[in-house]
Amino acid sequence: MNHDLVIEDLTVSYHRIPAVHHLSVQLKSGSCIGLLGPNGAGKTTLLKALAGLLPVETGRIRFKGREIADGRLITYVPQREAVDWDFPITVRGLAEMGRYSVLGAWKPFGARDDAMVEEAIHVAELEAFADRQIKALSGGQQQRAFLARAWAQEAGIYLLDEPFSGLDKNASAAFAKAIHRLRDSQKLLIVSHHNLADAGELFDHILILNGELVAFGEAAQTLTRPNIDRAYSTKIFSGHKE
Amino acid sequence: MSWITEPFHYEFMRRALLACVLIGFTNGFLGAYVVLRRLALVADALSHSMLPGLALAAMLIGLNPGGLLLGGLFAAVFVALGGHLVASSSRVKDETAVAALYILAFALGIALIKHARVKVSLEHFLFGNILGIADSDLWTSYAISVLTLLSLVALQRPLLLALFEASVARTQGINVGLLLALIIMLIVLAMVSSLQAVGALLSLGLLVLPAATVYLLCDSCAAMSWGGGVIGMTGAVAGLLISFWADIPSGPAIVMVLGALFIAAYLFGPKYGMASRWLRKRHLHEESLQRWK
Repeated sequence: MNHDLVIEDLTVSYHRIPAVHHLSVQLKSGSCIGLLGPNGAGKTTLLKALAGLLPVETGRIRFKGREIADGRLITYVPQREAVDWDFPITVRGLAEMGRYSVLGAWKPFGARDDAMVEEAIHVAELEAFADRQIKALSGGQQQRAFLARAWAQEAGIYLLDEPFSGLDKNASAAFAKAIHRLRDSQKLLIVSHHNLADAGELFDHILILNGELVAFGEAAQTLTRPNIDRAYSTKIFSGHKE
Repeated sequence: MSWITEPFHYEFMRRALLACVLIGFTNGFLGAYVVLRRLALVADALSHSMLPGLALAAMLIGLNPGGLLLGGLFAAVFVALGGHLVASSSRVKDETAVAALYILAFALGIALIKHARVKVSLEHFLFGNILGIADSDLWTSYAISVLTLLSLVALQRPLLLALFEASVARTQGINVGLLLALIIMLIVLAMVSSLQAVGALLSLGLLVLPAATVYLLCDSCAAMSWGGGVIGMTGAVAGLLISFWADIPSGPAIVMVLGALFIAAYLFGPKYGMASRWLRKRHLHEESLQRWK
């Protein structure tokens, strides 16, 4: 099988304390992977390491055979609390920001860039809200607006940190639809999540983490009682709380 | 009606008006980034902490634009960088660290002024005098304006990314720390250029009031910087003319005009103003009440 994202023996520290230990896993494009585990299991640390925000202590991360140093391949959507919602920017402005990484600091927008921005707004189903300020959107629409930016960036890997937290049932369903559409366009999505109850429906693959890899595989085979017990009831590493 | 054209007859007024255009526009433009990054208090601290640097420079190389720059550099390094260092290496938070260092620097400055060989007037430092602006001051302002506007326009995309979401900007290879240091340096330069015009105490008004006004009026980052520039420029020119006609000090007049614009935007801004929010037609709640009647 041809794997796109290959993580080998990855160890990452957070505030100098190792939070992810010797993780090896191979992931394919066109999948939507739920990253589960108790608080402090290293979920955010892993996402930040993949995004290049934290230094790697051991191991390597390769995407399609190349080391991932190029930020354009990856798009990172931080937790909602990390965003300044009063920033004066519209949904379209946010999607245009996604093109900055393609265009650099000075290259002007061309026809293709405009088309990508419109496509991104369409993929996120935000056409009706394109000129609205991000502050004036509902929680679910805000999350989809960030997906629109990621789409405009033409990234291959989407790293989403707890995007479902705080969303109600309808907003969750709409957001799930949007990320499944991305998966069907052969993107690789890695989504940290804390609700075990709906993880089976949202994700096709599950990666359970507790400082080290507990289990990885197709959702139905991975979300088993023994795996969950192993992750949540035992303390494998005295990992630093995130 | 000759009183309207009277100010333009004087050489010192024409120079002061030119200074207002340069300083007003540059400060207003830069102010957008200060407001978006919530750096207003840091900027205030920087303006005060230039005093010891200025006094040292006056003792060493005399009072000239070079000395002012040296004072500004001292402020930037001691307060902004030092504050960041203290905050990141102890449990003291950013704003406390900056406050602690700037008040220390200010006290040191007042003590040092006594010993400066060239006489530095504290009142002049605090309140400025735009009518006494010299050629060298105008050239300094001009150079600072060009440098500030060019760097902000050229780096607009990475700056916006860094201000909006630093972590995402970092994933795209943007050096967020360097861009923030650039903003701090530009703030210091802007303060150097407005020191002669309105003084250290009021320079914050030129920097923050125009951008804060536009922030209440519009919803776009580009409009904030260009609009801030235009408001800063017109406000400074209007303030100077009013100070001439009403015979009041120019610095306070400029800041009062800019402050009046800010309060007007706060009260009467079409979208975010208080008055328009009160007057806006209520909906849903009253409609649903009607249905129950």
